[in-house]
Amino acid sequence: MRVKSSALLAIATTLGVSAAPATAQEQAPTPVILKVAITQQIDSMNPFLAVFQSSTEIGRLMYDYLTAYAADDQRVTEGLANRWEPSADKLTWTFTVPEGKKWSDGQPITAQDVAFTYNLMLTDEVARTANGSFVTNFASVAATDDKTVVVKTKAPQVTMLALDIPIVPKHVWEKVTSVKDYTNEQMPVVGSGPFVLTEHVAGQFIKLKANKNYWRGAAKYDELHFVYFQNSDAAVQALAKGEVDLVNRMAPAQYESLEGKAGVTRNKAQGRRFTELLINPGAQTRTGEPIGDGNPALKDVRVRRAIAQAIDLDALVSRVNLGYAEKGAGLVPPVFDKWHWQPGTSEQREFDPAAANAALDAAGFPRRPDGTRFGLRLIGRAGRAYDEQASEYLKRSMSEIGIPLDVRLVTDNQLNEVTTAATYDLAFSGWATNVDPDFILSLHTCAQRPGADGKGGTTDAYFCDETYDKLYAQQLSEFDEGKRVEIVKQMQARFYDQVPAVVLAYENALEAYRSDHFARFTTQPAEGGVIMAQNGMWGYYGAEPAGRAAQSSGSRWPGLVLGGVVIAGLVVVSVLYARRRNATAGERE
Amino acid sequence: MRLAGRLGGAAVSLLMVAVLGFFLFRVVPGDPVVSMTRGRPTTAAMQAELRTQFGLDRPLVEQFWHYFTGLLRGDMGTSFTFRRPVADVILERLGPTLLLVGTSTLIAVVLGLWLGVRAAWRRDSGFDRATTGVSLTLWAVPTFWLGMLLMMATGDLFPSRGMRDTDTAPDFVSQALDVGHHLVLPSLTLVAVVCAEYVLVMRSSLLEEMHAPYLTTARAKGLRDDLVRRRHAVPNAVLPAITLVFLRFGLVVAGAITTETVFSWPGLGLLFYDALTGPDYFLLQGLLVVTAGAVVVMNLLADVLHGVLDPRVKVV
Repeated sequence: MRVKSSALLAIATTLGVSAAPATAQEQAPTPVILKVAITQQIDSMNPFLAVFQSSTEIGRLMYDYLTAYAADDQRVTEGLANRWEPSADKLTWTFTVPEGKKWSDGQPITAQDVAFTYNLMLTDEVARTANGSFVTNFASVAATDDKTVVVKTKAPQVTMLALDIPIVPKHVWEKVTSVKDYTNEQMPVVGSGPFVLTEHVAGQFIKLKANKNYWRGAAKYDELHFVYFQNSDAAVQALAKGEVDLVNRMAPAQYESLEGKAGVTRNKAQGRRFTELLINPGAQTRTGEPIGDGNPALKDVRVRRAIAQAIDLDALVSRVNLGYAEKGAGLVPPVFDKWHWQPGTSEQREFDPAAANAALDAAGFPRRPDGTRFGLRLIGRAGRAYDEQASEYLKRSMSEIGIPLDVRLVTDNQLNEVTTAATYDLAFSGWATNVDPDFILSLHTCAQRPGADGKGGTTDAYFCDETYDKLYAQQLSEFDEGKRVEIVKQMQARFYDQVPAVVLAYENALEAYRSDHFARFTTQPAEGGVIMAQNGMWGYYGAEPAGRAAQSSGSRWPGLVLGGVVIAGLVVVSVLYARRRNATAGERE
Repeated sequence: MRLAGRLGGAAVSLLMVAVLGFFLFRVVPGDPVVSMTRGRPTTAAMQAELRTQFGLDRPLVEQFWHYFTGLLRGDMGTSFTFRRPVADVILERLGPTLLLVGTSTLIAVVLGLWLGVRAAWRRDSGFDRATTGVSLTLWAVPTFWLGMLLMMATGDLFPSRGMRDTDTAPDFVSQALDVGHHLVLPSLTLVAVVCAEYVLVMRSSLLEEMHAPYLTTARAKGLRDDLVRRRHAVPNAVLPAITLVFLRFGLVVAGAITTETVFSWPGLGLLFYDALTGPDYFLLQGLLVVTAGAVVVMNLLADVLHGVLDPRVKVV
């Protein structure tokens, strides 16, 4: 018997099961739970260290920022601060944190918490791991009283209302001795956002509960669970079966497979992502040393333009994206319509292979006797359907203008390595953009290129252009939004004209949810917006249950019984087998 | 003496694995810091800070020394992906893997050996042809595809991911039933794929024994066919299968990368897959040492056990 019970205990430990019986929970009404499938791991729950997109998204649910982006039109709106004022010289910003907002443990949220968070980042290098870019221009931060935070910057900074920094509770974090070693998993984790982290089992799931103290009011359901899927096909299956309520990042084929499925509503949203084709413009380091081995022909802007002109973007969208995208142009996707740029009729590069051929002839690259001009390598990611199909398509387009393509599909890591080392001619890439366009624009400034040792670069396309850089500096200190929008559009026009990359398409974000469990979600923006991966937490926070009846977990029992039957079946079979053996063993010769 | 030799050999193998693991994964393309921070506002200073935190800014020789001396102390470093000690992360995933791969290996061994014996004994019968045909087909089928197919074919009967649901009651029985329920599809997939190996090895080694004179003697003594098979033929034919079983048990720890990936089963196989996408050097090194260690130990055990099962193979 003792052996048996210790074996049971060992199994229990293996399964990570606590042997404590559920007494209180059994009487409580079934909580309404929103289950969301995620396909990326969580690196850390510590908001100063978490760099993965999924971790950042969960961080947004746990902690509010100083300001937020409205759900309907993404304008800057109240976060922890409800008022803000720059000084006349734009070097001093005063934020007001109103009374009445509380941490999830009931303590008041004050300006001291904000100053503490920013100062922690200014003084501790490790605390700058995840969001350091937002404070590089900060000179000092101080809370003059419980309601007022004053931030002084070294130079005027137009992105002061786009500080995506989770504000942490001072009364919890001032006891933390090493930010690097702090996992932030002392459940429940004290926060200011609409949900409170209550359980995290790495690689399996994350559980959050609605924060009853949330200053905008508690969410309309009880718990929010994120379950981890390594495989997106399985996630879509799980949604179809009703195991999860919300899935995003679907491929067009997956999205179409859910058409007409009872209880499932699909959401085709304008995404924040774009796909681009990098064209190596003659990569150089910050100090002007050539780097990589791009084809020298591509240094000629006429050649790059000809390549862009030979690609039929409409056909790419309809055949490769299956229509779930918009034709590409500028660096900011149309979901941020204020900043989005479309070429005018005079700037527009219409698809025209004949003109592209003529341009290449004029640029001094005539066709050779075999009909080709020069060959190029195209690097893409193996296993990504888009790259596989688009590369075949580009191969045909480029052969029309006498450029045979050598397509190499490699792993994600290899692709990163090749684009970082500039050992490509053409390569697929893509970015997700933010409400403020500063980051995506900054990737194309000369300073983002690597140092003389080839390291420390964060450039996207090895673009370096004086005109573009001047405009970049100008927009960064332009506080009149109308004027800034104009400059940002000029920058995109310059990028389009110089073609270090062709923006191929703005992909739709394809999502689906169980409308029999949850009646509606808040999208951002209101029209054609996304539920997940927002610049905010509205999608999860605003979810409305379809009614308690539909949420019943009664349907789980057949499954559990089935599990029991399978285990019992195995036991019975092995017992019978053993008994049979014993019986025949008795028949001695 | 020979046992001491084997132990020494095993130790040398492990040492080689530890050294190889370090350099092998450094050759894997990709910069962990770049892939971690891709797509978010990152300055060069922030990337440099991450490199310092992970010790990636030091010369390779220094990194190796740090890793190797750490390993001797039992410290495998910190995972980039999970920001926790590698040993903790691996230990956490060991249970689920042992449960999944252990259960399915056990079922596959029992089922495979049983089918192999029956098939050989009734050679060329319909049963033999069916068993060999079906198991070879399942063996040839890509695991990923088979898993997805099972997931779709079984509809709502079994969950499609993980080891337990998030809203199962916390008491032991509910949790155990939930785990059992989640275990069905991944273990079925694994059994279907690996069973063929046992069937074929058992079948062919039994066939070799089928016409041995001692079986004729046994039959002449008037034994039932069933007993001839079980008492005389099988014990002599089972040795190659035992070796295979132990080799397989060694691989249990390595998990079943594809199956765990399809079903998001939180074991070592899935961990390996996730670590490679980083690449998460320390985690990969730790996983290699642990999984290779298991194979080395199991091989050693198989060697020793061979001697016990078959007196002709003396170890000591």
